Amino acid sequence: MALAGLDIEQRARPRESFGEWVARRGTAFWVVAALLVLMPAIASPFWLVQIIAYALILGMIALSLMFLAGYGGIVSLVQMTVAGLAGYLVAILGSSAITQISLNWPWWAAVPIAILVATVFGTLCGALSVRTEGIYTIMITLAIASAFYYLTLQNYTIFNGFSGFNGILPPVFLGVDWGQGIPFYYLTLCCVALAYGAVIYVSRAPFGLALQGTRDNPRRMAALGFDVVAHRIAAYGFASLIAACAGVLLVWYQRQISPGTAGVGPVVDMLIIAVVGGLSRPLGPFIGALVYVLLRTFALDVLEGLGLDGRRYQLLIGLGFLIIVLFSPDGLIGIWQRLRERYRRSDEARDGAMGGGGAR
Amino acid sequence: MADFIGRRPIWSLIIILAVAILVWLIFAIWTPGMEASFGRKRVFLSALFNGITLGALYFLVASGFTLIFGLMRNVNLAHGSLYLFGGYLGYSVGEWTGSWLVALLVAFLVVAIVGILMQVLLFRWMEGQDLRQTLVTIGLSIIFADLLLWGYGGDTFQVTAPDWLSGPVTLPFAVALRSNGEAVMMTYPLVRIAILCGAIIVGVLMWLALNRTRVGMLVRAGVDDRDMLSATGVRVQLVFVMVFAFGAGLAGLAGVVGGTFQSLQPGEDTRILLSSLVVVIVGGMGSIPGAAVGALIVGLAEQFGSVYMPTYAVMLTFIIMVAVLAIRPQGLAARR
Repeated sequence: MALAGLDIEQRARPRESFGEWVARRGTAFWVVAALLVLMPAIASPFWLVQIIAYALILGMIALSLMFLAGYGGIVSLVQMTVAGLAGYLVAILGSSAITQISLNWPWWAAVPIAILVATVFGTLCGALSVRTEGIYTIMITLAIASAFYYLTLQNYTIFNGFSGFNGILPPVFLGVDWGQGIPFYYLTLCCVALAYGAVIYVSRAPFGLALQGTRDNPRRMAALGFDVVAHRIAAYGFASLIAACAGVLLVWYQRQISPGTAGVGPVVDMLIIAVVGGLSRPLGPFIGALVYVLLRTFALDVLEGLGLDGRRYQLLIGLGFLIIVLFSPDGLIGIWQRLRERYRRSDEARDGAMGGGGAR
Repeated sequence: MADFIGRRPIWSLIIILAVAILVWLIFAIWTPGMEASFGRKRVFLSALFNGITLGALYFLVASGFTLIFGLMRNVNLAHGSLYLFGGYLGYSVGEWTGSWLVALLVAFLVVAIVGILMQVLLFRWMEGQDLRQTLVTIGLSIIFADLLLWGYGGDTFQVTAPDWLSGPVTLPFAVALRSNGEAVMMTYPLVRIAILCGAIIVGVLMWLALNRTRVGMLVRAGVDDRDMLSATGVRVQLVFVMVFAFGAGLAGLAGVVGGTFQSLQPGEDTRILLSSLVVVIVGGMGSIPGAAVGALIVGLAEQFGSVYMPTYAVMLTFIIMVAVLAIRPQGLAARR
């Protein structure tokens, strides 16, 4: 009942034509989309896979966090763990170099089950943590994430302990080896586009609107007859699905998985990526991920170029994160929007001055 | 106490029974049948004592953490970094002066000053903004971790215990019987027992200070209604700074203590932070008795888990947290 409560308004809107739909996206959107599709023609294999595909995968995990935090007001640190669990399941159910554990299922059986189990796990974590609010959610999801990390570290019968799994190869089907650079890039791009579109769609669907309502005023939403807890758990479920898909891509990208993949560091990195990019829009996490990947890859060279110790890139990331958190709560997207706002206002002021102030 | 027995007779009975069984397990000589099913008594007893002393360490860290949260609603996710910083500092000072007590004192004071700086320079400007404080402290913890790695490298350090605290003591618990009927007594490192006593003293003093003194009254009033307290003319900011300094100082102190009977290395900061998170989630946020109960439970769970079910030790701690959340989301000892 509550989940479909807001669809009257949606139905009342007239269907737009394809042309309008294209126009409404704006020029920048189509330029970036075209650039991403044509990327293999421009970028070298290193840039294509190591930088852009990796940033897209990390951005997808951060997108699931952004969905929860931006639309639901829930800051969950468990999304990286969901991705890690999906990756582990692909390694355990599918094939890897650790033949005594891997079950060698075909990919079309292993991947859906991995995604399903990881999504259920994420939803259960959500069901556990929605009993609490705000800071408590952060703490509990952090505790869950670290419990998973230590479990994978200590358990040798299922998770193969410290060394984890290696030799996990992306599947070959339809005559294409999806582990090759360009096919893998398009596979990633396709998944990311689907996830991005799904987040935008859901955020405007009745469910997403109700979720944003529970973020802004849970008591009023409850008084209106919405089941706030159910909405939040459903949001966890949706976000976990995205994170799980990204986890499968991640394990195919790295070809191995170990406890460090979903350790406390990466879990916090995901929050950093989402916050640095900006939690207010689905685009934010991808910007954050790109910045993060670029920093990770080139900080060493840049720092050494400046005559500093190259190993201090973690310090650089920490300082950058601190500065962004202190001065721009909506991340890089927020800075961009504020700059644009200021530019437009000064533009308007100039127009106003030319018109002799009569425009007011 | 009597009130609790009156309200929850069945729970009281279960608790009394459990305590009785535990006491019997500690003092009785185990029969061979029991040793076959539970393992050796020595292992059981050392897991018990290790759990309790580990709980003492967790209490020292988590009580500062929960005090800061209780008063300022400030989740300081850099608390583990303060612990590690205090530990390294204590190591350096201990090596330099040769005195464990001086190391303890210096770590407390210096980390308390760091806490004051953090409060005055950062958190004062973002009161009531939970998420922002959390993010800022995450940023700080990354910076601290890298600075400490820079300064001390990736090696493992151990703070040397003073001579008068080193060596084992014999406890009045029989571990086993020799063939001639003479009892073998339990021996245990003195330093761990001293730390347990220290943690109990700190806990009792904190409880007394909070419940029996004027400053404690101000702190508790600040927890309940900060605006009203400042309206009555109390300089709330000053109280905040003092509490932050004390909580941070405790973390630094705990760092030296932890460095004495465990070790210090990069990554220890997050481990301690996570333990104290679980401790305060289990015990209840902002409650000193809660921190004590939670620390004891988590410490015991970790030690018994690592002895009796090594692969799933972490899961035991986690299951306890889930169970507490499911029954009492606000924690065992919280009022609300």
